[in-house]
Amino acid sequence: MEYFLELLLGGLTRGSIYALIALGYTMVYGIIELINFAHGEIYMIGAFTALIVASVLTMSGMTGLSVLILASVVAVLYAAAYGFTVEKIAYKPLRQAPRLSPLISAIGMSIFLQNYVLIAQTSDFLPFPNLIPDLPFMEPYAHIMGSTELVIVLTTTVVTVILTLFIKFTRIGKAMRATAQDRGMAMLAGVNVNRVISNTFIIGSALAAIGGVLIASHIGRINFYIGFLAGIKAFTAAVLGGIGSIPGAVLGGLILGWTESFATGYVSSDYEDVFAFCLLVLILIFRPAGLLGRSTIQKV
Amino acid sequence: MKILAEFRKSLIISLWFMLLTFPILVIRVNTIEKIVEWRWRNMAFIGIGSFLFSFVWRFMLERRERGRKLAEAGAVETRPFSQRLLEDARVYRPVLAALALFAVAFPFLFSSYQTNIMTTALMYVMLGLGLNIVVGLAGLLDLGYVAFYAVGAYSYALLNVHFGLGFWAVLPVGALLGVLFGILLGFPVLRLRGDYLAIVTLGFGEIIRLILENWNEFSFGPSGVANIPRPGLFGISLSLSEATIYLYFLMLALCLFTVFVVNRLQDSRIGRAWIALREDEVACQAMGIDKTKTKLTAFALGATWAGMVGVIFAAKTTFINPASFTFLESAMILSIVVLGGMGSIVGVILGAFILILTPEYLRAFSNYRMLLFGTTMVLMMVFRPQGIVTNVRRIYRFRGREKNSETAKA
Repeated sequence: MEYFLELLLGGLTRGSIYALIALGYTMVYGIIELINFAHGEIYMIGAFTALIVASVLTMSGMTGLSVLILASVVAVLYAAAYGFTVEKIAYKPLRQAPRLSPLISAIGMSIFLQNYVLIAQTSDFLPFPNLIPDLPFMEPYAHIMGSTELVIVLTTTVVTVILTLFIKFTRIGKAMRATAQDRGMAMLAGVNVNRVISNTFIIGSALAAIGGVLIASHIGRINFYIGFLAGIKAFTAAVLGGIGSIPGAVLGGLILGWTESFATGYVSSDYEDVFAFCLLVLILIFRPAGLLGRSTIQKV
Repeated sequence: MKILAEFRKSLIISLWFMLLTFPILVIRVNTIEKIVEWRWRNMAFIGIGSFLFSFVWRFMLERRERGRKLAEAGAVETRPFSQRLLEDARVYRPVLAALALFAVAFPFLFSSYQTNIMTTALMYVMLGLGLNIVVGLAGLLDLGYVAFYAVGAYSYALLNVHFGLGFWAVLPVGALLGVLFGILLGFPVLRLRGDYLAIVTLGFGEIIRLILENWNEFSFGPSGVANIPRPGLFGISLSLSEATIYLYFLMLALCLFTVFVVNRLQDSRIGRAWIALREDEVACQAMGIDKTKTKLTAFALGATWAGMVGVIFAAKTTFINPASFTFLESAMILSIVVLGGMGSIVGVILGAFILILTPEYLRAFSNYRMLLFGTTMVLMMVFRPQGIVTNVRRIYRFRGREKNSETAKA
């Protein structure tokens, strides 16, 4: 029973991170129908920035919570800036192009960003300091869930709630929903579509950076390649829940996290990634619209 | 005044990039020895580089817009110069003859190291042509093409280890297994649209690699298979340099065969069906083309070549392991197709030579190879999405002389 609980909570932690990254995918796809392949790399850059800032701060004598907060804030800002710039360079000039073009451009961007970090930093795994302090009241439960995991789950919950409210009630959120429904109509109604797309990239990238900082604290080491697998899995989560839908991304992330956690716990730990990919293939075959997505009818 | 405005724009962009690359490019921390390294020089490079590049970028974008407007007005000759050159028999015949002579003489003129590189380039030509069927002709973005390559390589390695089969026996088996896996992948993804298809094929490629890596009893795991025999030549034992030359000619012959087949396929009924499918799926079905069959043949015929090249790869390197079949390999083959020009045979051949030979001869830049790959893919998509060699659509021009009789017949 305890083993089951451990796997359940482990899956919850994992799933929360997937959900955070999947939100970025789902929002971008909802608006410009593009799989942003470089999204995983933005997450990686967020983690790297946090590592660099945190290391510099610790070496200059700062400790404790202020390092965590400063590093996270800088990481989020930088990831958002990267997301914004990537969109301007690789996707904006391709608005009118056939659908394959931005996708290939996105793959190119992802390869570029990986190798940019590889050349500028290192190809080795870097140890990531655990920035999240140990919470004293979690002490008795430490064997099933540490305080890092608790912080991850809580952060994801808070961020998702804020995001949902933001999209529902603010002006920017409304503009985003309008653009997602019908770009041409939104433009006619006076929505600045280019700015909405930029905003979407900024918000999605910031979420990815939060995910990056959290997962790096959880796993404890990062390298330039972590974005690839995380990106694919987060995309799986987004598709699983129904791409374009925000609650869907969270649900998909959690289901994927649990699938992986239970499959590695009860079946075999060698095939961890195979389970995720199989789940993706099965979902796309049997329910391409996802669990919470609406299937679109193609009109000719 | 306009110059000043342009200048200011570039200055802002340069400052933005300096800020953007600051933490990753300037600071490097060594967490073990607790040293922070500040590399201010990189910042200066980025500043100057992005300042200059932003001018080029804006100029190119403007030129692209102008070109588009001209094309819309119908003022330009749509057939590019290179294409007209290629179609002129007086030009292409001597060029082809010279190329053929050069290709035959190559292993005798250069060292076996060079020959080896050339063989690798030819392998990528074949892979590119195979992927070109799926991506360029049928318009199905396949990001897991390397899986078929792996299937071919492992079929030779494993059949050789377990049953002692030779190269020539396995070559058709590799091709057949490629077809089989192509159909295996094709079936579930029939209903998927462009970008979902891309992700599923990517997942498929990764599944194959992960299985090869983890199923130790079957594929010997990450350590791979070693001591795979080179191809035989009627039982004659060849020295290492002779084997290299032999493999080169073998590869050359196979490439010619591929070009021949792909060229014939392109103009066949099925080839035209692929192109129709790429252009518009619904309209294509309305014209009575069987979508299922067309897609499956595209996957199967594309995978055949990868299976064959896989067998040759195993025979060439005599050692394979799953690390040779990562997603990057798929991305590389894809960029060959994209760079060369989707759907164009000459383009794909050119693309393969450029992408494989340039890094080999520019060893100094080997670190930047993948960086340049990524950059090229983005820039090509933005400025020249049709690739180096444009694949022109076949147009039947109405000459107009026998106007009345022609229209009456039609």
